[in-house]
Amino acid sequence: MPIRASDLLTLTREGLYCPLGGFHVDPTWPVERALITHGHADHARSGHRHVLATPETLRIMAVRYGADFCDHRQEAPLGEAIRIGEVTVRFAPAGHVLGSAQIAIEREGARVVVSGDYKRAPDPTCLPFEVVPCDVFITEATFGLPVFTHPDTRGEVRKLLDSVRLFPERAHIVGAYALGKAQRVMALLREEGWDRPIHLHGAMEKLTALYKEEGVPLGDTPKVVAAERKDLHGAIVICPPSSIQDLWSRKFPDPVTCFASGWMRVRARARQKGVELPMVISDHSDWPDLCRTIRETGAEEVWVTHGQEDALVHWCGTQGIRAKPLHLLGYGDDGEAEPASTEPGPEKEAVA
Amino acid sequence: MNEFAHLLDRLAYEPRRNAKLRMLQDYFTRTPDPERGYALGAMTGTLSFREAKPALIRGLVEERIDPVLFRLSHNYVGDLAETTALIWPTTPLPPSPAEGGGDARVGIGHNNPPPHVPTLAEVVETLATIPKRELPRHLAEWLDALDETGRWALLKLVTGNLRVGVSARLAKTAVGALGGHDADAVEEVWHGLTPPFETLFAWVEGRAERPETLNPAPFRPPMLSHPIEEETDLDRLEPEAFSAEWKWDGIRVQLVGGRDRAGVQVGKVYSRTGEDITGAFPDLAEAITFTGTLDGELLILRERRVQSFNVLQQRLNRKAVTGKLLDEFPAHVRAYDLLTLDGDDLRADPFVERREKLEALVTRLDHARVDISPLVPFADWEALAAARADPASVGAGDDAEAIEGIMLKRRNSPYLPGRPKGPWWKWKREPHVVDAVMMYAQRGHGKRSSFYSDYTFGVWREAPEGGDELVPVGKAYHGFTDAELAKLDRYVRNNTTKRFGPVREVAHGQEAGLVLEIAFEGVQRSTRHKSGVAMRFPRVSRIRWDKPPAEADRIDVLERILARGEREIAPGAALLETDA
Repeated sequence: MPIRASDLLTLTREGLYCPLGGFHVDPTWPVERALITHGHADHARSGHRHVLATPETLRIMAVRYGADFCDHRQEAPLGEAIRIGEVTVRFAPAGHVLGSAQIAIEREGARVVVSGDYKRAPDPTCLPFEVVPCDVFITEATFGLPVFTHPDTRGEVRKLLDSVRLFPERAHIVGAYALGKAQRVMALLREEGWDRPIHLHGAMEKLTALYKEEGVPLGDTPKVVAAERKDLHGAIVICPPSSIQDLWSRKFPDPVTCFASGWMRVRARARQKGVELPMVISDHSDWPDLCRTIRETGAEEVWVTHGQEDALVHWCGTQGIRAKPLHLLGYGDDGEAEPASTEPGPEKEAVA
Repeated sequence: MNEFAHLLDRLAYEPRRNAKLRMLQDYFTRTPDPERGYALGAMTGTLSFREAKPALIRGLVEERIDPVLFRLSHNYVGDLAETTALIWPTTPLPPSPAEGGGDARVGIGHNNPPPHVPTLAEVVETLATIPKRELPRHLAEWLDALDETGRWALLKLVTGNLRVGVSARLAKTAVGALGGHDADAVEEVWHGLTPPFETLFAWVEGRAERPETLNPAPFRPPMLSHPIEEETDLDRLEPEAFSAEWKWDGIRVQLVGGRDRAGVQVGKVYSRTGEDITGAFPDLAEAITFTGTLDGELLILRERRVQSFNVLQQRLNRKAVTGKLLDEFPAHVRAYDLLTLDGDDLRADPFVERREKLEALVTRLDHARVDISPLVPFADWEALAAARADPASVGAGDDAEAIEGIMLKRRNSPYLPGRPKGPWWKWKREPHVVDAVMMYAQRGHGKRSSFYSDYTFGVWREAPEGGDELVPVGKAYHGFTDAELAKLDRYVRNNTTKRFGPVREVAHGQEAGLVLEIAFEGVQRSTRHKSGVAMRFPRVSRIRWDKPPAEADRIDVLERILARGEREIAPGAALLETDA
């Protein structure tokens, strides 16, 4: 009996599991063997025995969790076929953050693609998304509603630069997730001609250094010295989202609260976070790109891992594509998860 | 239109007044006529056109978007105009309506020219002239041409929901600043002008003469006072240079009378910000039989007795002005200044001269609804302090309860709009104070957004099940310095017992808890508070780190203050008590 693509993956408590290969993809619990799409904490957890991921993702995990984040690690170069048990896997760029990949799982001509988180919009800090034709496409739906059409990032960065021009005496504090978003914002600022230093919260430092080592030019990015915050008039400062409302950020001169996230598209979300300058910059696909990607893969079946799955499943139905939500728990924790509460996590003053 | 929309977008997120002002000035400087004038009209609520109903907008979207997707999106975003702005397809009518917003990206080429982006002026002028049936077609064309922010602003504008956190006053301040004029100067010419205000901009930019106001009864910006500091200010001032009056606890109004070109008498009642409130006070408007500008306090009088602010509020809060309302809450004006009379501008004259003319006018009017604010005689500051402490002792009589202090006016001072320092002082009575216990804390906004700066506090009362309990009586969010705020914030974080979203419950009981001394101006009955009472203008006057919570005040303190003020609510009861 020929194999069906949908037999290649099942769902266990830990997440997506390939029984023929004996591995999980982005498991949310420690497992024997894990394939990791990208370095965000909700997809890449520590404590697995074997980890297979792109070289960049492995280095990101080592920075976040320490060199001993797993017992055995193996690099998966992009495009290379790797045999695991009775299946072949292949990593392809996902365009989400540095090192992010989709994982194609194949056997006897049947192919499933786990896309992880992905975007189609250009990003100077990582390789662009590559369409991998498949039978079953497993997609996220973080921005799975037609109200989400991400604007051109250049316009969003110009909004920030216009504000710096209008308020040269104030510090602009930009909340951005420490892995990916922060470095993308830095790179975009450089593209728009901002050549002054971009000041970093301490939590940004290691990952930004890693990006630079990986060959992403980000210019001068000094770490903020706590005692010098009050003197940073007209500076652009990047910090984790939890710090924009923290006491840490109040010590800058008359700070303008900015936040770079796809959620900034919805005004109420921006207001709930007390954001004064929302920047709609997302590392996830917007609605048109979700729809386009599903069509381009030619998949007959779509599984939706997390996000606004109802609308995307409905849309697949109108296109004659079978679709089901997986309701995977534990994903969507990468700073672009839907803000569940207005209460930020760490309450203590973050150490700069 | 896109430029205007982006201004509104930035304003909507900006909490600081000065930053808003800078954005407005920047926009007015960069934007030509008539576009900026219509923008000013939109922000001051002076545009008039046919508004679009939500059903019309929903209909337009559902012609273009799968209704299921639209419903899911609307549920998620929660605002019709915003959902529509975000979901509107960027190219006209995609091949399949199920595609959802913006999915069909068709390249713009010579066979598919970019749509014409309307200006705000075009939108406003078109809306004002087209018949109703043409509205959907125009709206759809504009939505096709505008960007997301432009669509949002357009939909807010045409549905009459343009709330952007900019007061008319702030917009006028920004316009005035273009030519170094203050908002009052703009206010003076405002009532004769209409959008797009080209003569106004020409004047502030120094290209034309000041526009002539055509309003026969225009508003004139009022003169305001500074609070006096007893320790520092009084010693420097010489008592004989000042007149004193009671400071009435009402609302500041201006009565203006004039004749239009046809010679018909026009009477207007304005609030202190220049809002025309004539419609709400027909009983006052009929008293305006003179030509002039009279400054005074709006009060409710019953049996010639001034009622408390509580009573006045019951009239202010009504939408419909019924005969019953007019009978039960008769409005009066206690006049204290005269700005113009029979075409003469008196504002440059000394206070004593204006006062003489005012007294003569009020006498001549002989109208039951207008009387004069009496002068309070005093020899020195000690005598005045005594009068302030006990107004009844110097002839305030039954009105003493409605007096919130003393006004001092320099006898030789002209009438200067705004808040000049020196000629007018207010010397308020001591506020009430109560020691209360902090019960809940909530994060503040803007600069204080990371701090727990809004405190709900309570006082003791007997619990139904026996013993004592704290019952919330109010909320305060100012009265402390930044340094004190930092300490309070730390206290809240270290003593949190529960969290409800943005609100934290703070430890409060006989043993644990923080006592706040709360100053306030009065007490009202309240159905919203569990305690049944609500304070006016509560603020933290001292933080009693030293005081054990068990020693905080009891609800009886507030009940007594309430009982004093409340006699005035029911006229019958009030008379009985005064007679007794």
